Amino acid sequence: MRLEYFQMVDRFVEVDVGARLARAICTVPMQSTVFEGHFPGYPLMPGVLLIECMAQTTGWLVSALTGFTGLPALAGVKEGKIRAAVFPGDVLEIEGRVIHEGSGYAIGEAKGRCKGAAVCDATLTYRIIPYPSEELRTGLWEWAERINFPAKEFAK
Amino acid sequence: MSTTFDKVAEIIAETCDIPRENIKPESHAINDLEIDSLDFLDIAFAIDKAFGIKLPLEQWTQEVNDGKATTDQYFVLKNLCERIDELIAAKGA
Repeated sequence: MRLEYFQMVDRFVEVDVGARLARAICTVPMQSTVFEGHFPGYPLMPGVLLIECMAQTTGWLVSALTGFTGLPALAGVKEGKIRAAVFPGDVLEIEGRVIHEGSGYAIGEAKGRCKGAAVCDATLTYRIIPYPSEELRTGLWEWAERINFPAKEFAK
Repeated sequence: MSTTFDKVAEIIAETCDIPRENIKPESHAINDLEIDSLDFLDIAFAIDKAFGIKLPLEQWTQEVNDGKATTDQYFVLKNLCERIDELIAAKGA
């Protein structure tokens, strides 16, 4: 997890676009300025960042399903639940599913586990928006390679 | 047997917490019912699921932006229901 860059996924371990399913590993860093404030003397992974882990994992899957024709911007979080505390060094296993591909939007469901226990889940809404810059889109290929996401395979 | 409008009105009432009696065939989803674009995504999702269709929101938005259509054609509920019926018919064709 590159927390300072807000890039939460370390690597994808499964991407099955046909099954609309992706699984990723997100390892919480041991050190981060985030933990200096959240909380002093009790470093705890913020719940909103667990939501972000789920949103990014599922977002990559939405991108693949839509052929990387637009950026899946997180637009809604429903039934978001933070079920357990997550600490520096913890390894999260995130599973994202796309349950509906609409016109210009997609709905996903995601959940996260740590040490075998459920830690978070949510239903996520994405708007698919045109890439605001070519730089962003081309930057995705390098990012995808780093996290083991087969992006070019699905790019239209 | 409930009509397309009845189903759509129920979806809007439930999704947006709007009293059912305020939702009329002549209501404009945006101008009268004040449904914003994000809530409309929830409505579209529910409509897609309920009718087994895919509302072509991107195409409609493009047409409105290009001046080829008005929002009334897609967002006045009786018109929206006509579009839904057309999509259902096209699916079965």
